[in-house]
Amino acid sequence: MRLEMQKRGAPSQVMSLMSPVLAIILTLITGAIMFGLLGFNPGKALYVYFVEPLLDPWSLQELVVKASPLILIAVGLTICYRSNNWNIGAEGQFTMGAIFGSVLPIMFPDFQNYAVFPIMLAMGAIGGGLFAYIPALLKNRFATNEILTSLMLTYVALLFLDFLVRGPWKDPDGYNFPESRLFNDYALTPSLFEGGRMHIGAVFAVVAAILVFVLFIRTLKGFEIKVIGETPRAGNFAGFSKEKMTVFAFVVSGALTGLAGILEVAGPIGQLRPTISPGYGFTAIIVAFLGRLNPIGAIFAGLLLALSYLGGEAAQVDLGISEKTAKAFQGILLFYVLACDTLIHYRIRIVWRNKLRAKEVA
Amino acid sequence: MEFADALLVSIVTASTPLLLAAIGELVVERSGVLNLGVEGMMIMGAVCAFATSLTTGNPYLGILAGIAGGAVMALLFAFLTLGLVANQYATGLALSLLGLGFSGMIGEHYVGTPGVKLPTLDIPVLSDIPVIGDAIFNQDILFYMTIALVFGVSWFLFKSRTGLILRSVGENHNSAHALGYNVNRVRLYAVLFGGVCSGLSGSYLSLVYTNLWIENMTAGRGWIALALVVFASWLPWRTIAGAYLFGAVLILQFHAQGAGWEVPSQLLSALPYLATIVALVFISRNRTVARVNTPSCLGQSFVPDR
Repeated sequence: MRLEMQKRGAPSQVMSLMSPVLAIILTLITGAIMFGLLGFNPGKALYVYFVEPLLDPWSLQELVVKASPLILIAVGLTICYRSNNWNIGAEGQFTMGAIFGSVLPIMFPDFQNYAVFPIMLAMGAIGGGLFAYIPALLKNRFATNEILTSLMLTYVALLFLDFLVRGPWKDPDGYNFPESRLFNDYALTPSLFEGGRMHIGAVFAVVAAILVFVLFIRTLKGFEIKVIGETPRAGNFAGFSKEKMTVFAFVVSGALTGLAGILEVAGPIGQLRPTISPGYGFTAIIVAFLGRLNPIGAIFAGLLLALSYLGGEAAQVDLGISEKTAKAFQGILLFYVLACDTLIHYRIRIVWRNKLRAKEVA
Repeated sequence: MEFADALLVSIVTASTPLLLAAIGELVVERSGVLNLGVEGMMIMGAVCAFATSLTTGNPYLGILAGIAGGAVMALLFAFLTLGLVANQYATGLALSLLGLGFSGMIGEHYVGTPGVKLPTLDIPVLSDIPVIGDAIFNQDILFYMTIALVFGVSWFLFKSRTGLILRSVGENHNSAHALGYNVNRVRLYAVLFGGVCSGLSGSYLSLVYTNLWIENMTAGRGWIALALVVFASWLPWRTIAGAYLFGAVLILQFHAQGAGWEVPSQLLSALPYLATIVALVFISRNRTVARVNTPSCLGQSFVPDR
């Protein structure tokens, strides 16, 4: 038995839309089997995981709170991945954005007015963008592999944050806890509703998605991304600079990721801590692919992955299923997404050896 | 003398998992496949080895389970990239994320439980050699296997006919196909070998290096192994030099902390990652040298024309 791949004449429109759906269905089936093997009622577990969080207004808000950073990061990653720049260091850029953005409220806590928050956002974007510029620069100057450098820098950024909150930025009145001082009111991310958890990060995420979508379909830069990503040689003949594109993709994606970082720290957290992200930077890679590298798709994908975080927490509380299953789920989902994407470009037939002969005769 | 002994032993212990994973990935990349999932295969190897050796009490069964863990992950990767021609970069990333997530789930019950230690096999007489004796001739079976693997892979790639076929598949898959070789089958075996090596590497981490299960315990070693392959410019012998260099950097941080240097511990912990970046820049800077040994078809999928 073997698989035979037949290239389609043109990419299948139907499959472009259906492949993520198919991937989600397959993930749910795998999840049901997994829960069954772990000794839980699969139906109930899936219900708690993926339906219950949607039924209660509090967790719907929480869903948006978790989806916002994922979408913001993933939107930037679509630019990178479409142009063949493999930025996998978003977790580090998120952290650096959070650190840069926190300079003002931590080092100058007495500076309090309405300018604080916009400055923090700008600093966050600059921090993330600059940090993402390093792998781009190294790639252009020394031809180093950006996958490895961007990932290595992530570890460096996480350790730098750890150093700051345990050392110079530790709250002087914090009973020696490894945490920075709490941000003042002017430095906190404004909520969308009075007393709610949902904050303006959601607006940023949607606006960023729309802007990048327009960039892709309406601008020369978008065309350049497409050409360089799909046929680098043609891009070369057209006079598009691969080097400039690398810098553009990394810096824009780093800036959006840094923005997500400072919004998160100034929002749900309210201070710097040794851990500020449950792996948003890595989960966003899954979001980008599940959204088929389309910024609008990333919005839906981001909501779904946020649901898997919430479901993980709910399953832990309600059923005693380990929260760690969420990460496993996310990995399985990405696998199915990649597998199903094959159907867009290829027809797949399962060929049994003896049947092949019969067909050839016929 | 005592200190030199201990230092050498600890460097060897830190280097072995890097060397194991790197030598496996080197074969994979020589066949033209870039598997970025080393980290995921490694951590699955680590958790499988740890759990099995703890339940059975036999570390050797643990090693077998570690191999199986790495190999199953490699099969998944092969199915997607070779069978379904999925993008190798994305699939490798997926493998890493899946491995980290899955191992965390499996290993949750084992956090904080001391494991079964792999016994050392003392080679008589030789292990009495001062300084290097303990580090080289009083090690566990995985260490000896690693050294044998480097010898074996080096011979296989450059002295055997099958090795030549594997390299030709990596250099130009169309020509290899035209000559009648089954490109994707060769790659399947290479990827599997890579999975086995990563599984072994993970086993070493959880059975020898820490002897504990800690979530995310690979801490980027899989990625460092990937960098090592570039650093070694795809030549097996050079992975030894690279691995021991990195092992030394890893160990340096502990000794520097012990010696009471006035440096933040986080900076020392960041050293291996910074060293990786510096090494990559250093080796990639000279493009001609770096490209001579790079397999030309690295990262490209092969679909036979029909």
